[in-house]
Amino acid sequence: MEARSKVALVLFAAFATVPVLAALLDDPFLLVIATRMLAFAIAAMALDLILGFGAMVSFGHAAYLGFGAYAVAILSRFGITDLFAHLALGVTLSALFALPTGALSLRTRGVYFIMITLAFGQMAYFFFVSLSALGGDDGVTLPMRSTLFGQPVLENDLTLFCVALGLLIALYALCSAIVGSRFGRVLTGTRENITRMEAIGFSPFRYQLTAYVISGCITSVAGVLLANQAEFVSPAFMNWHRSGELIVMVVLGGIGTLTGAIGGAVIALLLEEWFGMLTDHWPLLFGLVLVLVVLFSPGGLTGALRKLRRGQ
Amino acid sequence: MTNLFLLQVLNGVQLGILLFLISAGLTLVFGIMDFVNLAHGALYMIGAYLLASFSAVTGSYGAGLLLALPAILVVGLMLERLVFRRLYERSHLDQVLATFGLILIITEGVEIIWGPSPLTAPMPAILSGSIPLIGPLKYPVYRLAVIAVGLLVALGLYLLIRHTRIGMRLRAGATNRPMLSALGVDVNRLFTFVFGFGALLAGLAGALVAPILSVDSGMGESVLILAFVVIVIGGIGSVKGAFVAALMVGLIDTLGRSFGPILLRAILDPAAASQAGRTLAPMLVYFLMAAVLVWRPSGLFGRAQS
Repeated sequence: MEARSKVALVLFAAFATVPVLAALLDDPFLLVIATRMLAFAIAAMALDLILGFGAMVSFGHAAYLGFGAYAVAILSRFGITDLFAHLALGVTLSALFALPTGALSLRTRGVYFIMITLAFGQMAYFFFVSLSALGGDDGVTLPMRSTLFGQPVLENDLTLFCVALGLLIALYALCSAIVGSRFGRVLTGTRENITRMEAIGFSPFRYQLTAYVISGCITSVAGVLLANQAEFVSPAFMNWHRSGELIVMVVLGGIGTLTGAIGGAVIALLLEEWFGMLTDHWPLLFGLVLVLVVLFSPGGLTGALRKLRRGQ
Repeated sequence: MTNLFLLQVLNGVQLGILLFLISAGLTLVFGIMDFVNLAHGALYMIGAYLLASFSAVTGSYGAGLLLALPAILVVGLMLERLVFRRLYERSHLDQVLATFGLILIITEGVEIIWGPSPLTAPMPAILSGSIPLIGPLKYPVYRLAVIAVGLLVALGLYLLIRHTRIGMRLRAGATNRPMLSALGVDVNRLFTFVFGFGALLAGLAGALVAPILSVDSGMGESVLILAFVVIVIGGIGSVKGAFVAALMVGLIDTLGRSFGPILLRAILDPAAASQAGRTLAPMLVYFLMAAVLVWRPSGLFGRAQS
């Protein structure tokens, strides 16, 4: 087995022990935070698919979290509570938004790409802020969590956690399949040298756009999970800070390793929880860690581990 | 209606001028140093806070401004020395992350120092009235003064960039940095200058709006995103582009918010028109950006990308 799959197995196994741990410690909050970690792990992994493998630094990915979350809110309003319907709408909305904005953004490179995705993300954000039918800025409380085959089983935190873990594992399998495929190799090729890819007869734009849309769609799954976990949806899901946090997760874990993105999400949320216990001004500490990591450990956690291993 | 239109045009120009002050510094830093500084909006915010504090201490807006400007310059130079300088050679992603971290630090820091509730700054007494423009139309003198200051700065920047030795180096730096340094120019000193200058412009914008907006820790962010839109439309590194694009964005945003619902009423019923207007208005500038990019991927005045 490849080393990478081993790391993934270890990560999933660690997640699987959380319910046991929560039961032993009699701390149901552990499950809540672990569910949020799973959701953000999915989003970070999706972002890493284009950031790590395609060198597309999307600074507007929180928009897709929002599409997933609002898919739950919109359908719930019409009495449709099925999880699969929510996922389907989230993915559809994301694809519909990702296709035109991705095509426009991909006309540009580098810093322009970062800023355009940021601006499009804010466009989606302002759309939901001003949409008073869904609570506008204040957001909307969900009447209930999604149902699974007509049953309200997700009301139970443990079931929701299991569904989230199942989705993470399935989507990890999907992402590694994509990365390992011919498509993934072309994508990685565009990361290294676009001109060369063109020269050997590929049309990088199509590959990059496809990857961008896939990444947006997967991110919306995380949005559906987050909405269910919080039973509340607001534009804050898609604020540009969120997009920044997603990038932070990918970089903390190490760019271009799917397991790194998952680990990065776990670390980022652990830090948030920990700093949150220390002070109300936890973003200050979080920002400090961020600046220090960038200045002193460019490869993120994976890079630091690799350095340590080499040092030994 | 005509009066309302004129009023909103002036408001749009005023927003555009502020956006120009912020984007000019941002675009110089981008264009010359190839550096993405997300914390630029935070400098604008600090400028507003410093002005509010210094005015409160001295009891005068003018004295507050005289103290706030050098202070924001010091803050900008300190940030350059402590953080930015170490990131020039790094990837854009690293710069984005580090400056994102700085935003978190500065925003929380500001809340720790000044508290979470918004501050207000005094308006200078001589500029506090309104003057009649045409017929019954009146406009606050202070807002006109903001427009005047912005135009003066724009003129000054134009002269600095087109007609001085430093400006020549700035333009050379934006075009070909290695060549400039090969010609014996101390590029590091030039960078420090550009950074301090950019911080000063952002801080000035913050100080100028402090009396007309509430000064709070979120004010830098909305402006930062708009400044990015301005730069993308105008073309990275082009101060002229920033000026044109800032006015376009300021006008379209302001006019869209006030006249969008009115125009929509022609095709929709009033309730739907006002809802659609409210929803669409904030998105107008992004549509503008998209349209410009379809036409010219590197912005109105940008050089073709390599």
